[in-house]
Amino acid sequence: MKYQFTEKKDTRSGFGDGLTELGRTNPEVVALCADLVGSLKMAPFIKENPSRFFQMGISEANMMGTAAGLATAGKIPFTGTFANFSTGRVYDQLRQSIAYSEKNVKVCASHAGLTLGEDGATHQILEDVGMIKMLPNFTVVVPCDYNQTKAATIAIAAHNGPVYLRFGRPSWPVFTDPTEPFIIGKAQKMITGTDVTIIAYGHMVWKAIEAEAILEAEGISVELINMHTIKPLDEAAILASVSKTGCVVTAEEHNILGGLGESVARVLAINNPTPQEFIAVNDSFGESGTPDQLLEKYGLSTEKIVLAVKKVISRK
Amino acid sequence: MANIPELERITTQVRRDIVRMVHGCQSGHPGGSLGCADYLVALYFGIMKHDTNFKMEGINEDLFFLSNGHISPVFYSVLARSGYFNVSELATFRKLNARLQGHPATAEGLPGIRMSAGSLGQGLSVACGAALAKKLNNDPYKVFCLMGDGEQQEGQVWEAAMYAAHNKIDNLIATIDYNGQQIDGPVDQVLSLGDLAGKYRAFGWDVMECDGNSMPEMINTLNVAVNKTGQGRPVMILMKTVMGKGIDFMEGSHKWHGIAPSDEQLEIALNQLEETLGDY
Repeated sequence: MKYQFTEKKDTRSGFGDGLTELGRTNPEVVALCADLVGSLKMAPFIKENPSRFFQMGISEANMMGTAAGLATAGKIPFTGTFANFSTGRVYDQLRQSIAYSEKNVKVCASHAGLTLGEDGATHQILEDVGMIKMLPNFTVVVPCDYNQTKAATIAIAAHNGPVYLRFGRPSWPVFTDPTEPFIIGKAQKMITGTDVTIIAYGHMVWKAIEAEAILEAEGISVELINMHTIKPLDEAAILASVSKTGCVVTAEEHNILGGLGESVARVLAINNPTPQEFIAVNDSFGESGTPDQLLEKYGLSTEKIVLAVKKVISRK
Repeated sequence: MANIPELERITTQVRRDIVRMVHGCQSGHPGGSLGCADYLVALYFGIMKHDTNFKMEGINEDLFFLSNGHISPVFYSVLARSGYFNVSELATFRKLNARLQGHPATAEGLPGIRMSAGSLGQGLSVACGAALAKKLNNDPYKVFCLMGDGEQQEGQVWEAAMYAAHNKIDNLIATIDYNGQQIDGPVDQVLSLGDLAGKYRAFGWDVMECDGNSMPEMINTLNVAVNKTGQGRPVMILMKTVMGKGIDFMEGSHKWHGIAPSDEQLEIALNQLEETLGDY
């Protein structure tokens, strides 16, 4: 294994800790939450900055509009609720009051994807990245572990413009360097290789690291890119890697329609048509289960990445 | 003290601007615009302390948010007549490459516009956020917001209404253009609002009612509303207006919500509105 972990932590705690740090360093940062303070790990920020926190109740549309109003006056609002209620439920508010109005709002979305687990499909949004990447002016960021989520939370405060920050619920391996700065829009090459490019984001980066170890033992050289910024997409990093490897597998905890895979396919179709395989949910809703059971059932396992790599290499 | 005759002269010119703008591009929403001319003139020329050297943040000045963005003609005319941009630009309304979009937009950089509006129900939430920011900044100025009556059918309005009262956002003065009309007909037929004043009172607002087409009453009501701020409750003005006010064949009919007058109708309309400040 090219990466090791000594502990598992939830990425939402990375958000909470990053927000706490912002509370201490940036007086313009304010936070809003729609009745999910505990789930979003926002309590430390609230304790230290009670006047800069707004409890919105279960009214997400009003939260997005209120955040837009705060941003109008120069504040940097961070909204907190589940990914489902941060996107689909408030798409028109994101579109008109934030994206089209060019408001500097950070939409921070927890419990994304299948790994939410037992709550089931009502809460396991798998369409959010697609929805938000279609909105002009929005930046879309999905960090891969606790350390990177904390760094990304801090980084997006310094970026002027609407940002969608997606993270999750389960404990997950912590393997990135906590001192590494987070650069929005700059893909992170995790592993250098020559036979195939794997492009992953979020929880799937760790799955890809596991897959690389298996493939390396079989003599297949994998290049792994952590595409933590879905938009703007680091097209140069994709093209540079693929020009070397000649094939690509994308891996994401998202619907195959509208996700990173389609964004990568667009870049390749225009610049360098290349065999590609997609690890993603095949246009369905999720269901109740443990995170690992769900990743297995919906085709997002380490083994499925290994198979996809072998298939795409055979298509070269 | 406000100079009522002068404000009325401005309002008459704004009404001329509205019908000429809508006629000029053969689209837009004259009815609600004409009905709200008195309110917006009262606000921008008589009540608000505001800086026509536009800064988005609006620190230490009163702010206005238009939620029912389709009445953009009256908003644009009042902004131009206030000095935010040259009145000649009113001729570009709804035309390609114009800053005066069909519905107000920040993206074109038109001075005076702080949020995009058009999809209904969103403005009161934004106004709440702006009012909260003023409190955080110890900025003593007020936030005003105008909504339509049909717009009260949107659920988000009531989320914001509940939130503003619970959090004692008492530097916020909202107004509803209560003309009783919406696109498909009278509001009472489409989806009745019931006891709207009672609903806002039950939500915890300080509710006032006025004739929005009487300049003396409009000015007086807004002054009283300003005096009600800082007392722990958001303030609501239910403003009775006549859709299409000032042009006899448009008055009171939902048919003029969103259609433009013909050349002949424009001539009849302009004959009913004296050119007081000079046409653009």
